[in-house]
Amino acid sequence: MSTDSAPVLLIGTRKGAFTLSADAARSNWTLSEPMFLGHIAQHVVLDPRDRTRLLLASSTGHLGPTVFASDDFGATWKEASRPPAFRSGEPLARSVSAVFWLTPGHASQPGVWYAGGSPQGLFISLDGGDTWDPVDGWNDHPMWTTWAEWPEQQTPDGSMLHSINIDPRDPAHMYLGLSSGGVFETTDGGENWHPQSWGLQSPMFPDGDLEFGQDPHCVRLHPQQPDRLWQQNHCGIYRLDRPETRWVRVGNNMPREIGDIGFPIELHPRDPDTVWVFPMDGTDVWPRTSPDGRPAAYMTRDAGESWTRCDAGLPERGWFTVKRQAMTTDAEESVGVYFGTTSGEIWASTDEGANWSCIVSHLPEIYSVECADPGVSLR
Amino acid sequence: MNVRIPTPLRSYTAGAATATAEGTTVDEVLHDLDRQFPGIRFRMVDEQGRLRTHMKVFIGMEMIRDLSTPVAAGDEFSIVQALSGG
Repeated sequence: MSTDSAPVLLIGTRKGAFTLSADAARSNWTLSEPMFLGHIAQHVVLDPRDRTRLLLASSTGHLGPTVFASDDFGATWKEASRPPAFRSGEPLARSVSAVFWLTPGHASQPGVWYAGGSPQGLFISLDGGDTWDPVDGWNDHPMWTTWAEWPEQQTPDGSMLHSINIDPRDPAHMYLGLSSGGVFETTDGGENWHPQSWGLQSPMFPDGDLEFGQDPHCVRLHPQQPDRLWQQNHCGIYRLDRPETRWVRVGNNMPREIGDIGFPIELHPRDPDTVWVFPMDGTDVWPRTSPDGRPAAYMTRDAGESWTRCDAGLPERGWFTVKRQAMTTDAEESVGVYFGTTSGEIWASTDEGANWSCIVSHLPEIYSVECADPGVSLR
Repeated sequence: MNVRIPTPLRSYTAGAATATAEGTTVDEVLHDLDRQFPGIRFRMVDEQGRLRTHMKVFIGMEMIRDLSTPVAAGDEFSIVQALSGG
């Protein structure tokens, strides 16, 4: 085991979870044995507050959805004694079909975690993910049935609550995304919510200017500049600088032939003007593969005014999708950027997107990739 | 009564293919299983008391969807999981 701090990727796939550990130079990577082989591992997240607790959201095909926790980086796991669930007997008779998203709580609230589900429920744990309760202010909001997809519209992977973002200045101030439904904000810890979606476009409604109803795919709040929000939407790349309330489509500055459709958007850990996206083909019947089958990330360093194609080392042609939770960055001086594909490959760049290499292949379909800096040594 | 446990749920029963549980209805038997093997019921039954889509319960050769169905001590209680997906 080494004691140096090196990134570890936490990989959720359709058939289990893996860790992929770097050496200090990030040139050699070690893949773990599969964890929960055959189970859907939707999202695997390390608690940045203790750098020890790992939560895994599982929604395995036939079995009910649940959450597992590990304090030894996956050597052993314990299932939540009360997994995320709606209240029994509630009027809408909702039941969680998948736990889709996990977010550790505010730094001042150790043990607090949030989970987003399908249907679009929000759940909270106060004890490190062992017992979960519904966030009634969201789930029972009088507008929930209007804001959320309800009854569920049977979209390919179901409706989802995702992108739970907590303001590092104030644990009561949060944003979340509904796919579909829009972006929503609370300033009182989740008791009350309002849409924060003006300016987002949607082809799913005849009126292009909507208060809610759009389809954010991934929403990120920059921890160094919490008034800045980035969003990869079903229809474009957007930025919002609060207290402004209207999203700006900075994806209009992308090359016309590429467009600005995609799933993930990933932040530079220290520069709020820099993000990466992974454009996909949103034409015709929405193949969701790279435009013209030529995989590339795109990066802006000027808050979306201009975009640079980052494809050195990527295959000339390829026909995969990068899902919304499957792109991440590390916090090294030269930031590492990573993405996982639906064809089971992890690609890495240790120079902020300039050059890419495939660091693992032949995994199951990748749903999520998160970067961890564990407090425990792994090798 | 004896309860047959399908492979996806044997992580709860320490690998055992059968368990012994008591109850006068299907739901009581499932609750008794959960008492012995915490968490097993929620993988089969959602928070509104509905058997999950691909989980099946048989009493003898009869498939049961209504969890209030009575059971008797000598019944053969089988939990079966449908095969689907890939």
